[in-house]
Amino acid sequence: MTPAIYVENLHKYYGDNEVLKGIDFRVDQGQVVCVIGPSGSGKSTLLRCVNRLEDPTSGRILVEGIDITDPETDLDAVRSRIGMVFQQFNLFPHMSVLQNLCIAQQKVKKRPKEQAIDVARANLAKVGLADRESAYPAHLSGGQQQRVAIARALSMDPDMMLFDEPTSALDPELVGDVLAIMRDLAADGMTMMVVTHEMGFAREVGDKLVFMDGGVIVEEGDPRIVLADPHHERTKAFLSKVL
Amino acid sequence: MKRSTKRQLRHTGLYVVLIAALLALLFGLDWKAVQETFFNSDGFKHNWHDLILTGAKNTAIYTVIAFVGGLALAIVLALMKLSEVGPYRWLATAYIEFFRGLPALITILMMGFGVPIAFHWHPPGGTAGAGLIGLVLVAGAYMAETLRAGIQAVPKGQAEASRSLGMSPAKTMGWIVLPQAFRIIIPPLTNEFVLLIKDTSLLSIIGATVGSRELTNVARDMLTSGPSAGTSTSLVMAGLLYLVITLPLTQLVAWLERRQRRAR
Repeated sequence: MTPAIYVENLHKYYGDNEVLKGIDFRVDQGQVVCVIGPSGSGKSTLLRCVNRLEDPTSGRILVEGIDITDPETDLDAVRSRIGMVFQQFNLFPHMSVLQNLCIAQQKVKKRPKEQAIDVARANLAKVGLADRESAYPAHLSGGQQQRVAIARALSMDPDMMLFDEPTSALDPELVGDVLAIMRDLAADGMTMMVVTHEMGFAREVGDKLVFMDGGVIVEEGDPRIVLADPHHERTKAFLSKVL
Repeated sequence: MKRSTKRQLRHTGLYVVLIAALLALLFGLDWKAVQETFFNSDGFKHNWHDLILTGAKNTAIYTVIAFVGGLALAIVLALMKLSEVGPYRWLATAYIEFFRGLPALITILMMGFGVPIAFHWHPPGGTAGAGLIGLVLVAGAYMAETLRAGIQAVPKGQAEASRSLGMSPAKTMGWIVLPQAFRIIIPPLTNEFVLLIKDTSLLSIIGATVGSRELTNVARDMLTSGPSAGTSTSLVMAGLLYLVITLPLTQLVAWLERRQRRAR
């Protein structure tokens, strides 16, 4: 089976600063892969390279077998099949919740308005916000905004979802709702790559855990094993601080 | 002396100076001459009709044309200035610096008199129309910089979210970035509008047919003809009309700015 995400020898520089130093990485279809590591380890950069929000300096990135570093690739088409959830939610503040969910369906997938609204409502119900469709983002709590952001990504019927520290900007009591939705998604078989600090989520939901530090993958494997019995010193040092 | 007594003395002194200055004005000025020059009663009886129905009306029309035309031009210039293609950026920068650096009056005179002859161009509305296009060119340069700043003030995550949904750069700009940029620049844009109202008076330097003269031009005609000829009464009346239009708008700008600051 073609891997959902396949990264080969990925390097990324910001000026002279090498933030990714030869990453080999894969996510199989239906897998939930959690990426952890200290800030500045390159984990968010790796995730953002997967839908080319960052341009890799060298290396190959295949999404469902399509090389997205090839200049001939239709990036917009690939991106429309990759859902992305940001730390800061990034809902469109000038649009209602429903419009947030419909705009890309209509402009990219060319769905008629009625169909887009049906899809949007179904996804809002999935994240438990069916009653807030006419609200504007400014009137929602952080947790609600992030759930809308997830519903917005889901409305494009993506084949996989990328999460960039989805709960890091949330008040502690709101984290649970967002994680619950991500659990449901995983249970439905969604392919997911999750950059996170939520070790509990990684342990319970993740099929694979990747620990990054200093721009390289230090250790990876079954989350239960890596978290309980890390092999590498740097992994041990990091986990001793966060667990 | 006690501190409080000192302060009281200083306040009293300030009031004495103020009242003395006012008394000097009151008794030292030839009030008859002042009234006759600026507030001629015949002028105030008969001038309003033409000042409002011709002058203020045309001022409003020219302002709207300059604003809408300038804004359309500004959108093109701002997008050029943010383009990935170097020459577009350079062209936009050269244009903006050129027209912001020149006095608007020079641009208007050049457009009105020089350009139509040199380029065998018959502008709509003749010389006056050409002058108005000059004002559009200037307005576009100023608003382009405002708009560029507005576009850059939209958080980067907005464009990223849009692109991650598969929206193209053009769709992202049109549906996500520009609408938010315009919200951000409503106060400075309203301010540009007020400046334009006043700048239409520069068009009075260019000859126009009687019916198409704007407020300053109409008032200037009344300096030499009509009931208040030989006095400056028409200028005072025109000035009052400008204030009636601009003061509510500047208040509106202040209110918009306060509201936006609160929204953050």
